[in-house]
Amino acid sequence: MHEMSIAMAVIGQVEEAAERAGDVTAVRSVRLQVGELAGVVPDALSFCFELACAGTLLEGAELVTDTVPGRARCTPCAHEWAVGMPPLLSCPLCDGGATDLLSGRELQIVGVQWEDGRTPVPTAQPIPEER
Amino acid sequence: MCRVVDLKQAVLAKNDRAADALRAGLAARGTTVVNLLSSPGSGKTALLERELGLARERSVPVAALTADLATENDAARLARSGVPVKQILTDGLCHLEAGMLARHLEGWLPDAARLLFVENVGNLVCPASYDLGETLRVVLASVTEGEDKPLKYPTAFGLAHLVVVTKTDIAEAVEFDEAEFRANVERVNPGVEVVLTSARRGLGLGTLLDRALAAADGAPVHAPVMAREPHGHGHTHDHADGAGVLTQPHS
Repeated sequence: MHEMSIAMAVIGQVEEAAERAGDVTAVRSVRLQVGELAGVVPDALSFCFELACAGTLLEGAELVTDTVPGRARCTPCAHEWAVGMPPLLSCPLCDGGATDLLSGRELQIVGVQWEDGRTPVPTAQPIPEER
Repeated sequence: MCRVVDLKQAVLAKNDRAADALRAGLAARGTTVVNLLSSPGSGKTALLERELGLARERSVPVAALTADLATENDAARLARSGVPVKQILTDGLCHLEAGMLARHLEGWLPDAARLLFVENVGNLVCPASYDLGETLRVVLASVTEGEDKPLKYPTAFGLAHLVVVTKTDIAEAVEFDEAEFRANVERVNPGVEVVLTSARRGLGLGTLLDRALAAADGAPVHAPVMAREPHGHGHTHDHADGAGVLTQPHS
């Protein structure tokens, strides 16, 4: 099970990004894209993530995973299909042999939600105090 | 205040960068890496022992690293071939990463080595996700493991540049259906070459060495469908490097 290594890679990258941002005080959530063919089990990853976050800036952060279905396209006949699991990567229509995988291998941090020390920038003029 | 920040970073970016650096560094000194993946007990060591022996007979300078959770048994077996061999003990870790490999090569890899065979930890799940800077990734399965092995471990077989069937000397006894196995490989990795071997009977020996040398000479290796980046991007590492990371706060 390499989900612990994956969880630690996620934490390391978020910590680096937070350090670059400078004034992050806590991380609330991390959003990941996990493709069907990425070879990662989201439940196992969530379990490891929670454990590995302990004692870091990410302690208590929620891991949100968006699963990306695998889709493929045949170059010769342009047919597009959902590859399924186990994946079918040769064209079911023409057996063309030249397939483009359009999605399904993603293993990416999409974004994070964190708290920083900055005060919200006012977007409108403050309402004048009534006298 | 609470802020949502776009990161757009590949989770394995760090490993991928280390793998790219290792591949480039080794290429500059004339060494090509071959990464061998299989289940425990598939016969990686037995086949590799024979291939290393052949390399020695042909005066091809090669070296081998073998990774296990514990024991130096495999290194002792491979060393019988007479080529430089090193054992990596992972202390329980289920896979090798590029940075670990690089550390083990420092000060050990013989200058002349044309090929470096890396026998990964016996495991078809985790090692599949980690690029070790190899030019050729070989996935092995023995005839006893069932024809549907490629369907059960699609990421491992789907990313292989070469598939090797081992222990074919007992294929008949275990009623191995070669056509079905090939069809299952084709489903997850169309066009990949499947080689039949028996280390015991000497069948198919030398093919692995030949394919590795061809790859080292710059011959094009098979491009698995699964290894092609979505949206025709062409490679698997991200462009985000340190300060280059996109950070777009939404209020």
